[in-house]
Amino acid sequence: MSATTLPWEQPNTRVEGYVRQVRRKFVRHRLAIWGLAVTILLILTALFAPWLTPYPPNDVTSAFGAKPSAAHWLGTDQVGRDVLSRLLYGTRVSLFIGFTTVAIYVTFGTFVGMAAGYYGGWLDMAVMRMTDIFLSFPYMLVVLVIVSMLGSQISTIMIVLALFKWPTIAMLVRGSVLAAKELDYIKAGVALGFRTPRILLRHMLPTIIGPIIVSATFGVAGTILSEAGLSFLGMGVKSPQASLGNMLHDAQSLTVLTEQQWLWMPAGCMILIAVLAVNFVGDGLRDALDAKA
Amino acid sequence: MGTYIVKRLFIAVPVFVGITVLSFLIMNMAPGNPVDMLINPNIPKELLELKRERLGLNDPLYVQYANWLGGVLRGDLGYSFSSYAPVSRLIGERIGPTLLLAAASLLLGLLIAIPVGIISAVKRNSKLDYFLTGMTFLGISIPPFFLGLGLIYVVGIQFKWLPTGGMTTLGGDGGAGDILLHMILPVTVLGAAIAGKKVRYVRASMLEVLGQDYLRTARAKGLRELAVTNKHALRNALIPVIAVVGAEIPLLLGGSIVIEQVFQWPGIGQLTMEAILSRDYPVLMGLNLIAACVVLLTNLFTDVLYAAADPRITYG
Repeated sequence: MSATTLPWEQPNTRVEGYVRQVRRKFVRHRLAIWGLAVTILLILTALFAPWLTPYPPNDVTSAFGAKPSAAHWLGTDQVGRDVLSRLLYGTRVSLFIGFTTVAIYVTFGTFVGMAAGYYGGWLDMAVMRMTDIFLSFPYMLVVLVIVSMLGSQISTIMIVLALFKWPTIAMLVRGSVLAAKELDYIKAGVALGFRTPRILLRHMLPTIIGPIIVSATFGVAGTILSEAGLSFLGMGVKSPQASLGNMLHDAQSLTVLTEQQWLWMPAGCMILIAVLAVNFVGDGLRDALDAKA
Repeated sequence: MGTYIVKRLFIAVPVFVGITVLSFLIMNMAPGNPVDMLINPNIPKELLELKRERLGLNDPLYVQYANWLGGVLRGDLGYSFSSYAPVSRLIGERIGPTLLLAAASLLLGLLIAIPVGIISAVKRNSKLDYFLTGMTFLGISIPPFFLGLGLIYVVGIQFKWLPTGGMTTLGGDGGAGDILLHMILPVTVLGAAIAGKKVRYVRASMLEVLGQDYLRTARAKGLRELAVTNKHALRNALIPVIAVVGAEIPLLLGGSIVIEQVFQWPGIGQLTMEAILSRDYPVLMGLNLIAACVVLLTNLFTDVLYAAADPRITYG
């Protein structure tokens, strides 16, 4: 018997699984835990907005442009709608757009990037040039222009936001696939005659999923900011529907900016808190999923 | 090096063509066409049809594209629907202020990001590092328009320290000093956004270099720590940073729309908003096309610069 025993030969010790290892590292990242807690809180607030809000968000109440009071914790806007109610519904819309858009483009980008990296050749060439083309357009500018042409339904906004974001994921995935293709167990899968979808989805995807998750998390934060920017410029979510961005739109008028801070401060802070929280989660995931660290 | 540049240029050609195709397709998504926009509704249908024919609007899409591309290559971007001025002239008039703002913001962003990134890396996992990282996240996460409005409210209106809008004081002399004062707030906002994005790169890049053997050699031969980090390490750490500076150009061009709107800065961003509100599609397409080409050229430029700074890079 040899003098040293390997970890799995020792009694009562288990090799730490990947998920468990990631969780341990993530929990150690204190800001990420705070970020996660705030994110979950915001998601719950958004989901239960109809039960939490004191007034329906688009209902005109008796007071116009009223200061915060017991009846209206965050006051009312110029047409007499309750700001707190609109803030919660705005969060709901902003988070919905953020998460859905990212789901769309991450799915599409992963699919395209995997195909390009795995098959290579002309397909790879075509996809790469395509990403170059899409990424040449300044994001905010091109999204703004297209949304202004097609109209700003929420579905349109999400599709246009996703349309110019998928290349970032495709490039990332392609790079990971190129590296993973050389791994022995992927080659073994090919040699064993597994069908390509099985190799890509069952063997490849779990290997390369880490950076995708990290990028998607930062993507949610970025998309919330982009949507807020669009709505702030008056080209995103349209009134009467509330979004965090369009609540700040009115602050472009000097009287609102200087005399009615309750109309724009809460929405701005809410965007900041949401984006910051999601970014911290992303940072924690990045550290936790990096197997080297 | 020479072959690298040639190859890189070769790649840029299909991308340029793709950019023009995509711009053209976006323009075709717009409801209405130049004839509907130009002509008053009392003109008889036959005349409209004639005009459509003469403008080539009845041609198949690829013929229209070819004609349009021909114009673009000769510098003809069409005419504005609302002011009838050539689009190229409108953009030319407004690009100066935007470039000024963008260049100053990029400079400020890097002037913040490089020292902060170095300090963060050298003193990694210290209280100072955590503080700087926290500030960096704040910089990434704050919506630029919110920061802008906040600065206008506090610095501009409460304390009246700085002008809050425009590029010059109305009725003032419009000299360089006046413009500089007007630049402070918008440049701060854009610069903060850029610094936030760059600090992580500088820090990561610096950390990687700091672990390398040649720095141990430098210390072993008795160099002061400052010389080791600021000369030996920094030079190599900044190379990857060059590559990502190019990536900031689209952000600057896109971000300037919001900033120019907040600060009433008379540049491309304001032109974009004016064109959107008046549904001035030729101007919008011209803006998109030019912006995309600027991005293409800066990417080309940074790639070449990158290759020049790091001889190991070849195009694979």
